[in-house]
Amino acid sequence: MELTMDRQRELEALCLRFRREVLTAIHKAQSGHPGGSLSVCEILTLLYQHRMHIPAPDDPDRDRLVLCKGHAAPMLYRNLIEKGFLPADCMDTLRQLGSPLQGHPTNHTPGIDMPSGPLGIGLAAAQGMAIGLKLNGSPARVYAVLGDGELDEGAVWEAAASAPKFALDNLCAVVDYNKVQLDGTTDEIMPLRDLEAKWQAFGWHVIRVNGHDLRALNRAFDAAEASRGVPTVLIADTVKGKGVSFMEGQAGWHGKAIDKDSYAKAMAELGGAI
Amino acid sequence: MGSSIRDVYGAALAELGAENENIVVLDADLSGSTKSKVFGQKFPERFFNMGIAESDMVSCAAGLATTGKIPFVNTFTVFLTTLGLIATRAQVCYGDLNVKLAGAYCGMSDALDGATHHATEDIAVMRALPNMRVVVPSDAESTRWATRWAAEHVGPVYLRLSRTEYPDLYPAGTVFEPGKAKIVREGTDCTVFAIGILVHKALEAAESLAAEGISVQVVDLLSVKPIDGALVAACAKKTGAVVCAEEHQIYGGAGSAVAEVLAHAGVGAPTEFVGIRDVFTETGKYDGLLQKYGLDADAVVRAVKKAVERK
Repeated sequence: MELTMDRQRELEALCLRFRREVLTAIHKAQSGHPGGSLSVCEILTLLYQHRMHIPAPDDPDRDRLVLCKGHAAPMLYRNLIEKGFLPADCMDTLRQLGSPLQGHPTNHTPGIDMPSGPLGIGLAAAQGMAIGLKLNGSPARVYAVLGDGELDEGAVWEAAASAPKFALDNLCAVVDYNKVQLDGTTDEIMPLRDLEAKWQAFGWHVIRVNGHDLRALNRAFDAAEASRGVPTVLIADTVKGKGVSFMEGQAGWHGKAIDKDSYAKAMAELGGAI
Repeated sequence: MGSSIRDVYGAALAELGAENENIVVLDADLSGSTKSKVFGQKFPERFFNMGIAESDMVSCAAGLATTGKIPFVNTFTVFLTTLGLIATRAQVCYGDLNVKLAGAYCGMSDALDGATHHATEDIAVMRALPNMRVVVPSDAESTRWATRWAAEHVGPVYLRLSRTEYPDLYPAGTVFEPGKAKIVREGTDCTVFAIGILVHKALEAAESLAAEGISVQVVDLLSVKPIDGALVAACAKKTGAVVCAEEHQIYGGAGSAVAEVLAHAGVGAPTEFVGIRDVFTETGKYDGLLQKYGLDADAVVRAVKKAVERK
């Protein structure tokens, strides 16, 4: 799918704005997950605002996305607002009683097809969607966006084994590989070792990509779409907390409320008004 | 006459498959045992053997349901309701998705495989999940109906099936209603609320108690969630004594559901519980296990006498 320089610049501007608004929502809620929301920004924004075909949230042939790492929900919500599926002002209600923006995604929110949050089980659900769409003869594609800490969960590898068995070339997994989980780095907590070799051994088409480079990501998704007979996984190298210097690579910012001073500093770095 | 519940279910599922092309079936390498294989042989393109991966299977079914499919998920009851639980809770039930979970070997029906393979807490778990319906057939006809109803009902359903043969109870063409119990024997001194194999044990017990001059009403609950609260309260009020009988732990199962109804309705009938009494079971022949763990007709007789004495 073509990505012109103009469109790329628009998406880059959108990403910057989404980063500011997501941090603002997390700051207002005094609860949420800044680190992983920032690392997955380009992945979700490119998919929702450029690539995925979603004429309406209930269109049977819409492309689907399961945000397996459900704690990055604010970045998903901001993208759904941009699509017009949610009211523009609802970011202010994140994590509040009665809000459509629950702490973790639910399918009761327009534009979301699968609840997520408990790690490990999203990929298998995306696989079920991919099987169902194939049975329906639908051209739609399914994306599953996983965290790297999530790969500690055994259930991920159950789906990693079964999706290639069913030849789901309409399924594309993306690992938001920011190398940091809640308690520390992935190397400290549970080494992932040779991630590319692991997925390859399970029978996946594996693409390594810079997860903040929109052009590179777009090419990788093109390659995933062109692949036949097997599902694709993008191992997307990202930076936890990307865009805010003092959050980058810091496990401490995985699920921490943003205090007033940090918020002001973050906004200054992201060029936003407070 | 008796019928193998798993065989009846397998045939019913295949029949449904012929009528509705949205029905898809998943199994975790036990399709020869659960009898989902019958469907698989007829409709291989709609049958998915997920390998020994229950979590993967239930999540996959959740995904399938979002595309308009009606997935029936099959494996042994105990593995479905433990290894498949996080997907059942967070995706199927929280998402209120149209997934049917068929637990093939309930209670101690996988007798010789022992405690690890016996499912004696599954109702407690499934009953606690919002949006879940829990149905326990008690013979061939009710199994055929429950399988068909599960496919028609839009939303999560848990079918508690058995490996064993149950005596035939309901004639062909019996009309069942979702969420409704059936009075299978009228009586005046005590009501036994039972599910599954215990309906038959209760009927046996009622027969022998009649000879002793004790008149027992037997109710086949069929639906544990929702439970037929009006009928339960009315029967308890009428007979003034209650026995709950199930092939399940006494905590959290059908008996607990009955007790909740009676407490809420303010019906203070003395109540006894026939069930597994907070222990792990063991390997043995099915009948021997039912006897050892107090789930046979004699156990129901003892419980009825106790309840009636306490009036």
